[in-house]
Amino acid sequence: MSEYILEANHLTKTYTQRSGRFGFGKSSVKALNDVSIKLRTGKTLAVVGESGSGKSTLARCLLQLQSIDSGEVIFSGKDLAKLDAESLRSVRKDLQMVFQDPFASLNPRMRVGDLVGEGLLIHGLGNAAERQTKVIAMLNRVGLTEADMQKYPHEFSGGQRQRIGIARALVLQPKVVVCDEPVSALDVSIQAQILLLLKELQQEMALSYIFISHDLRVVRHIADDIVVMHQGQVVEQGKVADIYEQPQHTYTQNLLAAIPGKKVVNG
Amino acid sequence: MSTAQPLLQLQHVSISPKKSPSRLLVNDVSFSIEAGKTTCVVGESGSGKSLTALSVMGLLSQQLQLNTGKVLFNDKESGVQDIALLSEKALQKIRGAKIAMIFQEPMTSLNPVLTVGYQIGESLTTHLGLKGEALKAKIAALLEMVGIPSSRAGSYPDELSGGQRQRVMIAMSIACEPRLLIADEPTTALDVTVQAQILKLLDDLKARMNMGMLFITHDFGVVADIADNVVVMFRGEIVEAGSKAQVLSNPQHPYTRALLACVPDAEGKKDLKPIDYAWLPENNTQSIGAVR
Repeated sequence: MSEYILEANHLTKTYTQRSGRFGFGKSSVKALNDVSIKLRTGKTLAVVGESGSGKSTLARCLLQLQSIDSGEVIFSGKDLAKLDAESLRSVRKDLQMVFQDPFASLNPRMRVGDLVGEGLLIHGLGNAAERQTKVIAMLNRVGLTEADMQKYPHEFSGGQRQRIGIARALVLQPKVVVCDEPVSALDVSIQAQILLLLKELQQEMALSYIFISHDLRVVRHIADDIVVMHQGQVVEQGKVADIYEQPQHTYTQNLLAAIPGKKVVNG
Repeated sequence: MSTAQPLLQLQHVSISPKKSPSRLLVNDVSFSIEAGKTTCVVGESGSGKSLTALSVMGLLSQQLQLNTGKVLFNDKESGVQDIALLSEKALQKIRGAKIAMIFQEPMTSLNPVLTVGYQIGESLTTHLGLKGEALKAKIAALLEMVGIPSSRAGSYPDELSGGQRQRVMIAMSIACEPRLLIADEPTTALDVTVQAQILKLLDDLKARMNMGMLFITHDFGVVADIADNVVVMFRGEIVEAGSKAQVLSNPQHPYTRALLACVPDAEGKKDLKPIDYAWLPENNTQSIGAVR
């Protein structure tokens, strides 16, 4: 197995907005400006930054949920940006995403069993009985029960919904999972449960994570490597321990200094 | 009493739905806040921390009632009064003027079709009768005080960033120089760097105006930065209360310890532990057993 499972080189993405009087003018924002990252196989790469830093755009561009202007995304020897729709779909089985808002990311009119099994159905994996077995096994693994298959998302709490979101992503046995702020909408007690679940699943299923977050305390616990983004650019990257102990860039230093309760926690 | 009456004192406050008075959402909550001090109420969703704060403002929803207990507010002019017994008219004189509140989500608590200057000015006109140039000057001064250029008074909320909107909310709340400021998770929706600025601003204003502050949060990091005293709530009850040092460094109640154990630290040294409810009494409807 190669050292890096996913590589992105020199990604750029520009958003253009109408502006000025009657929208005749144009203004553009560089959401990604020459961004390169490497995800080590079986590891967790955290992408941190404030809102507007481009970290969610990066996540979406890696999975080709958004087109990129230039650059390449290499996964198992192929440049995802150059694939046609058909081959992209087959690759997507290996690249899954866990979304931030467990309230908005699950279709309220679908039962949990169908939500979790949808990916299997789309990729034509197994017959109905096999799919059901897989869904039940996955639900059990994330701490839900077989009976939950018949329920709708609104019957669950925020933490449970995030478990459903995780089950939905992992039932396909992907290789890379992009987690976009998976715990930032959750209470601190639930957050700990979900972080531990993600860590355990990583071990069991040999997953590599890209973990988007603005909470540096959470990142410290889950990540191996870290990329710090600011205004669409990578300002610093490296091993988590190195960056936390010796941040080189002023922006990283500011971010670390802003962690609430640092004095007490460090003391 | 030998000591001076605190600014705010909650005595055995219980809140329940009007339709089922036996279902206590907040159960026998007592604590007090002194002028110039910050009390943090910490707890998970559903612990009753926001309801407690709303009862201080007399803002409980129609479906809820204050079963028992007193909410004693010590006002220089009118002395100690029980907010729970005041009429809506009397409450309106206190709200905004003596007790003000900052809400969690600045986008939904600001009116999108009015300029921020107008919204800050509303309470000044209502409570202090300011008009014209004097009003304009006061609005400008308030904006500058929270770190927004006074030229932004004519801006609408959608033209401001999240941090600026929260600053506008703060400017609105301190406009009439309240004695007590209630902040319900004011920084939860903000980036860490902006959060740090807002916390600093609140702390400075508190000191400058000698306000008491009731600060609701679920983040122990924020508690460590801003609190003087801490109240930990769980399922409607106070499980532990005390000074910041006491509660954070030497927690007595198993729930406080469990809650602290699941807060990630910036060093990554400790292992995260999800809350283990093994200490709960078999029958969850029983009292949890406070440690004070």
